[in-house]
Amino acid sequence: MKQPFSIFNGILAVFALSFAVLAMAPALQIGSLQPVVDEDTGDIYPVDISGVQAQGRAVYVSQGCVTCHTEQVRDPSEGADIARGWGVRRTVARDYIYEKPALLGYMRFGPDLANIGSRKDKDDPDKYTAAWHYKHLYDPRETSPGSIMPSYKFLFETQKIAGQEDADALKFANDDAPPAGYQIVPGPEARALVAYLTTLDHSHPLKEAGPNIEVKTTGTAAAGGAKK
Amino acid sequence: MPEALSKPAQLEAPEMSAAEIEWIDRSLIDASVRTPVMFFFTTAQTWLLTATLVGFVCSIKLHWPTFLGDWSFLTYGRLWPAYTNMLVYGWGLPAGIGTAIWITARLCRVVLRAPWIPIISGIFWNIGVTVGVIAVLAGNMRPYELLEFPRQASVLLFIAYSLIGVWGVLMFQNRRPGHVYISLWYLVGAFFWFPWLYASANLMVGSRHLQGVVPDAVAAWYAQGLLGYFFASVGLGTIYYLIPKVIGKPIHSYNLSLLGFWSFELFWGLTGMVRYTGGPFPVWYSSLSIAALILLLIPVGTVGVNILMTMKDDSHMVYHSPTVRFCMYGTVAWLVGMLITIFGSVREMDPYTHFTNFSVGAFYLLVYAFFTMAMFGAMYYIVPRLVGCEWLSATFIRLHFWGAAYGMGFMILLLIIAGFVQGGSWNDPASYPHAANVVEQIMPYLIFCSVVWLLLIVAHFLYFVHFLAMVLRLGQPSGEPTLFAPIEEGEQQP
Repeated sequence: MKQPFSIFNGILAVFALSFAVLAMAPALQIGSLQPVVDEDTGDIYPVDISGVQAQGRAVYVSQGCVTCHTEQVRDPSEGADIARGWGVRRTVARDYIYEKPALLGYMRFGPDLANIGSRKDKDDPDKYTAAWHYKHLYDPRETSPGSIMPSYKFLFETQKIAGQEDADALKFANDDAPPAGYQIVPGPEARALVAYLTTLDHSHPLKEAGPNIEVKTTGTAAAGGAKK
Repeated sequence: MPEALSKPAQLEAPEMSAAEIEWIDRSLIDASVRTPVMFFFTTAQTWLLTATLVGFVCSIKLHWPTFLGDWSFLTYGRLWPAYTNMLVYGWGLPAGIGTAIWITARLCRVVLRAPWIPIISGIFWNIGVTVGVIAVLAGNMRPYELLEFPRQASVLLFIAYSLIGVWGVLMFQNRRPGHVYISLWYLVGAFFWFPWLYASANLMVGSRHLQGVVPDAVAAWYAQGLLGYFFASVGLGTIYYLIPKVIGKPIHSYNLSLLGFWSFELFWGLTGMVRYTGGPFPVWYSSLSIAALILLLIPVGTVGVNILMTMKDDSHMVYHSPTVRFCMYGTVAWLVGMLITIFGSVREMDPYTHFTNFSVGAFYLLVYAFFTMAMFGAMYYIVPRLVGCEWLSATFIRLHFWGAAYGMGFMILLLIIAGFVQGGSWNDPASYPHAANVVEQIMPYLIFCSVVWLLLIVAHFLYFVHFLAMVLRLGQPSGEPTLFAPIEEGEQQP
C-alpha cells in the first residue's frame, strides 16, 4: 500500500500553496516599495521617523495598544472610517514602508490611530495636542468620559517642584491634581509615546490610494449632542 | 525501556487467542504513552484554569477599567494577549498533542518508543509558554495576534513541538500495515504542519528585512493557519476517532471523509487575508481569501453530513456517553463556527464584523466550543484507560458539561451580537461620534459576558478537581465506564 507517499505529498503541497500565496506573494509584490517624490515640490513621502518617535512606537508595542487600536483606514465602501474623521483616504502598503513593525491591529475598542497626529476637532482646538495626550494617558475618563481605556499613570511621575514647574506638567482641576508644591510630569516612556502619536499622519496623497476625500468633520461634541 | 515493551509482536504465543493478543497489545501501547500523555493533559488543565481566571479579569476590565488598573503588567493591552496565548499555547496545543499521541499510537498500533523524548519536549514547551506569558506581561511582546511571544519563548516552543512532530510522524511510519483511518490523516497533518507554520511565521515577522505590512500579512496567514492546520485538524481527527469508537459503528462514508479532509486543508490555507479586508494590501488578497472561505462550504457540508449520518441511529448515545456528548457539541460548534465565519467575512458583512467582538466570538467558537469540548470528550475517554480507574462521578461530568456548554454558548452569542452592535455603531458616526458612545452601546453585553465567565470558571474548576482525582488514582475501580445514564437493554453497548 503506497498511501503514505500520497499523504505526505498532499500535506506538503497544501502547505506550500498556502505559504506561497499568503506569505511569499506579499513579500514579492509589496515587499520592496519605494517612497514617492513630488516632482514639483520635491516632497518625499513617506519619511522615516526620528529616534525618540521610534522609541515611542516601541512603547506603543510594549503597552499592547494594538490590542484595542488599529492603524489602518479603510475605503468608504468598506466602512465609515473616513466619515469618522480617522483619515482623508484609505491607507495603502506604501504608507507603512518605514514602519517596523507596522501596527495594523485587529480590534477597535478605541478609535483608529493612523492619522491621530493630524486629527483636529473643530470645537476643541486643544484636543489631540501633546498636552491633551498626556492628560488622556494619565486619566482617560478625564478627557473622554465613558472611555474604557486603562489609565497609564505608571508612565508618569509625581515630583516636588524644584524651581520652575515643568513645561509638560499635567494640569488637573479635579482629584487627579497633585498636592501643593508637587507636579505630575510625563516619564521618558510617556514622552516618547506622545512624540510617536503626534507624528502619525497618513494624509499625504498617494496615487494608488485614490483622491483625498474632504470630510465635514464629525466626531465632535456638537455631533454628540445631535444623538439625543 | 525493557526490550519486551518495544516489541509487542514477540509476545505472540500460539496458545493465546486473537482477542487476548489484541488486549495485551493495547495495554502495552497505553503503557508506553501513559506518562507523556498524562503530562500534557495535566499541564494543559492547569493552564486552562489559569487562562480562565485571567480571561475573567480581562472581561471585567472591559466594563470596569480601573479594576486592578494600577500595575502595568495587568493593563488590558498586556493581559488580553497573555490570556489568548495561555489559552492557545498553554491549554490548546498540549491538550491536542496529548490526544494526538494517544490516538496515533492506537491507530498505528505501535508502542511509543523513547517516551522520555515527548516528556522532555513537554517540559520545554511549558517552560516556553511560561517565559512567553511573563514576557508579554512585562511588555516584551510582538504586536501580532497569537505571535506575541518573543524569540526566547518561540524558539523553545518550536524545538519542543518539532520533537513531538517527528515522534508523531515516526509512529505513523512504523505503523502496522493496514487501512489508514481518516483520523490519522488529520493528526499526521497536524504533527507535520505546525512546526513549519510556526517556524516560518516567527522567522518572517521577526525579520528585519521584510518591509512594512509584509510581516502583518504573514501574521494573518499564521493565525488563520493555526486555527485550521492545528485546531481544526486535531479536533476533527479526534471526533472522527471517538464517535465511531464509542457507538461501535464505522464512519458513514470513507470517500466523504477524504473529500472533507483535502478540501478543508486546501481552502482553509488560503483564507488568511480575510483578516485584512479593506486593509493596506492589494485587493486580490482579500478577494481570494473570501472566495476560499466560500468554497469551505464543501468541507463543512461533507464533514457535517458524515458525522451526523454516523450518529443518526445512535443519537441516544449523547444521553449516555460523556465522550459522545462533548464531541457532538464540538461538531455542532465547528459547523456553526465555520458558517458564521464565512457569513461574517463576505464583503457586505465585513464592515459590521471586522475589528469587533464578532471576531472574538468566532475565535471562541472554534477554539472553545469546538476544540476544547472535543478535547474534554477525548480526555473523558482516554484518561481512564491510562490511569486504570474510572471517573469518580457522573454528576461532576454532567455539571462540567452544562457549565461549559451554557457558558461557552451564551458567551459566544453575546460576543457575536455585541460585534454587530459595535460594527454598526462604528459605521454610524452621526449617532455615535465618540469611541465612548460605541462602547456604551455594547456595555450590557460586556457586563453579561463577565457573569457568564463565572459559569465557565465553575465548570473548569470542577473538571480540574475531577481530573486531579484521576491523576491521583482516586477514581472508581476499573470496569464499567462512568456514564450519564445506564444503557438500557437493546441499546448499543459503548
